Amino acid sequence: MKVMLVDDSKTMRNIQKGILTQLGYTDLEEACDGLDALSKVGAFQPELLLVDWNMPNMDGLTFVKKYREQGHKVPIIMVTTEAEKSRVVEAIKAGVNNYVVKPFTPDLLGERIKETLARVAA
Amino acid sequence: MDQSYIIPFIKSVQNVFETMLQLPVQIGQPEIKHPGEYGHDVSAIIGMSGDVEGSVVLSFPTATATRVVSIFTGTELDPGHEDFADAVGELVNMVSGGAKAQFSGKDVSISCPSVVIGQSHQVYGRKDVVAICIPCESDCGEFGVEVSVRQDAGTPAATA
Repeated sequence: MKVMLVDDSKTMRNIQKGILTQLGYTDLEEACDGLDALSKVGAFQPELLLVDWNMPNMDGLTFVKKYREQGHKVPIIMVTTEAEKSRVVEAIKAGVNNYVVKPFTPDLLGERIKETLARVAA
Repeated sequence: MDQSYIIPFIKSVQNVFETMLQLPVQIGQPEIKHPGEYGHDVSAIIGMSGDVEGSVVLSFPTATATRVVSIFTGTELDPGHEDFADAVGELVNMVSGGAKAQFSGKDVSISCPSVVIGQSHQVYGRKDVVAICIPCESDCGEFGVEVSVRQDAGTPAATA
């Protein structure tokens, strides 16, 4: 499975890479903001995206809206410090399939990934 | 400054360090920071805007920051390495995000973090907002969270 990690923090991308690799997902692509992600999704064709919210150049919410406008149905998990209910609702309305609040444990992120993929497969 | 804005930062810094680094944090007595009072070696700074505005500074002595970053990244990094600043910036991002989520009924945005590295530097916030320093102690050493925020004019007081 091809997974794209969209986060301006390399540290956070590395943590997510470690968790995904342990889960058996090794075909990974990284993007440092929404603009970077938009420029890479065409060539990489991800099957799952983990997207941060607060990023320079283009934030995660704007990226999700633009990505969905292009007709992509690929599952997206937002992984962010934005924990308010209003933010979660906003993200779901924009087309996010699941939501993980930072800080998170490896187990939690792993569970959300499995849960999201299971929902999409159902 | 409204004292009710301090507790969310205490809870958040403990949660972030415990969850991401498995590092328990003991909190000392928060106190007003006077300009020029403390010098820092590593400071991660984030701005808040909206119903609550101001800044948050996560500050470390070099030795503490080096140990914390080592646990967080799983790699020994020199403070001069760009990934070192990235790691410290992500910590203040999580601490600030976790705190603002506890500002009940407030619509608050946070900026992307900035990081300053340099021996015994000073960080000056807005002159018209009192800064509170929350002293923290961990197995990696001492560090601090400086909170300098106020509610936007016309916004009801915090209920966190």
